[in-house]
Amino acid sequence: MSHKVVVPIGPYHPLQEEPEYFRLYVEGEKVVDIDIVIGYMHRGIEELSEHKHFDQIPFLVERICGICSTSHPFAYVNAVEDLIKITIPERALYIRTIIAEMERIHSHLLWLGLAGHFIGYNTVWMWSWRYREPVLDMFEMITGNRNHYAMMKVGGVRRDIKDEDVPILKKTLDDLVPAVDMFKGAVMDDPVIKARLKGIGILTKQQAIDWAVVGPTARASGINIDVRKDDPYGAYDKVSWNVIVEEDGDIFAKTKVRILEMYESIRIIRECLDKMPKGPIDFDVKDIPPGEGIGRVEAPRGECFHYVKSDGTNRPIRHKIRAPSYMNVASNKIAAVGGTISDATITLAAVDPCYCCTERLTVLDKHSNKNIMNGWDLIRLSQEKTEKLRNSIK
Amino acid sequence: MDLKLKALTKSLWVFHAACSPCNNCDIEILDLLTPRYDVERFGIALVGSVRHADVLLVTGVPNYKTKEILKTLYSQAPQPCLVVAVGNCACGRMMFKDSYNSPCAVDELVPVSAYIPGCPPKPEAMIAGVVKLIQKVRGKK
Ligand code: SF4
Repeated sequence: MSHKVVVPIGPYHPLQEEPEYFRLYVEGEKVVDIDIVIGYMHRGIEELSEHKHFDQIPFLVERICGICSTSHPFAYVNAVEDLIKITIPERALYIRTIIAEMERIHSHLLWLGLAGHFIGYNTVWMWSWRYREPVLDMFEMITGNRNHYAMMKVGGVRRDIKDEDVPILKKTLDDLVPAVDMFKGAVMDDPVIKARLKGIGILTKQQAIDWAVVGPTARASGINIDVRKDDPYGAYDKVSWNVIVEEDGDIFAKTKVRILEMYESIRIIRECLDKMPKGPIDFDVKDIPPGEGIGRVEAPRGECFHYVKSDGTNRPIRHKIRAPSYMNVASNKIAAVGGTISDATITLAAVDPCYCCTERLTVLDKHSNKNIMNGWDLIRLSQEKTEKLRNSIK
Repeated sequence: MDLKLKALTKSLWVFHAACSPCNNCDIEILDLLTPRYDVERFGIALVGSVRHADVLLVTGVPNYKTKEILKTLYSQAPQPCLVVAVGNCACGRMMFKDSYNSPCAVDELVPVSAYIPGCPPKPEAMIAGVVKLIQKVRGKK
């Protein structure tokens, strides 16, 4: 007997940080159909932007999304610069690239944490958000704010990266590498995470093409697309880096793509900091001629597209925005249908080694008060334990 | 201070309602729970249902869809429920006040007890805001 039950998730659900509404149609444990209702976040930004001055719009589009708060202004300034056909100072290109890549690192760490949270593995959440903080500190150092950096402006950037800041930035990046290494180890070798993510939510290459997904979602399904390579902007054609492509299309592959992309981002930022030429950081744009322009940017989630049309006044007459998630969300319909509704409480997670505790615990020698075990020792211990666990599962 | 007030302000449980924000305020709220700020050591915990909450954190500019939901959420919360508006959007609608999809501000829908401005407010600012709120509720300066 088939009996369809509707399981509503949202709009306000403990699992979600933003309001969306998913209607899952289930038969037993199996999801047979899914409806996605969005629109809880609509604020009419395109229309608002048609009432603002060209120079005010970067501040507005930055507030489309708090996580991609560089990608949207970046795409917008690319569009306007395409419209006026100017070349901007080289230093500004490098600074834009650095900011965009820093954003990618913080966004991927954030995603990784939330992914951990969603499978009931809060340890991953705590750890990855902990290592996200130094990235936010770098932002604060360069731009003065932890999020919403307000760096982009038509013709260049608003703030320079000071020479004395460069060594500190490099040091922070150096410190980040072992953390990402640890993640790579912790996530990719963890049997529980593997069990939860491998072979789940598969999007095959053909499906990915049919549903026109972009960004890491597409790259995890074996499609080699990346605006940074395909249509270089900023300083991406001046530095060397690789596009990460995985073939499996499951959630594990998506996680892997994101983790490996963080290494590439670190590499790009390092190279940009080294190669960055001296000079002005912006080009004084006097007025915007009539015409139209497009700007594309590879946001952390995929291609972000802006179209601007001007009639020669100080406001655009049309500003069209397409964000990457718009394409990616729909593919949930393929990826989720056929799977099971997994319980929030995961029995498997109960046996997991806890990384989170390590940070709060120090082992002291009672007599000399010396620290005899630091955080890294405890991580090593818990990794050994995981190894034992893995062997026992096999 | 009566027992009820003492219990209420001892460990605040918060429910976080995102009313079409840009996400950033929400992320900073979550950031409060993570190791650097870790507000759970003060007894502040994020709960999954507004029925368990002492405090309703509201972010963003309500639109036509979230407006009604916010009212429902407030009516479902056990009283007294303190409402905190986090971020410039929730405090005064910021640049979205001219939008066609922004009918009203948060404080026109539910009574707001504390405003924490900033875009997004730094986690330190949020902690300071909550501390001030607790002091106010306890009747101290
Ligand atoms: S106040 Fe700023 S950070 Fe917060 S939701 Fe509004 S635009 Fe986003």
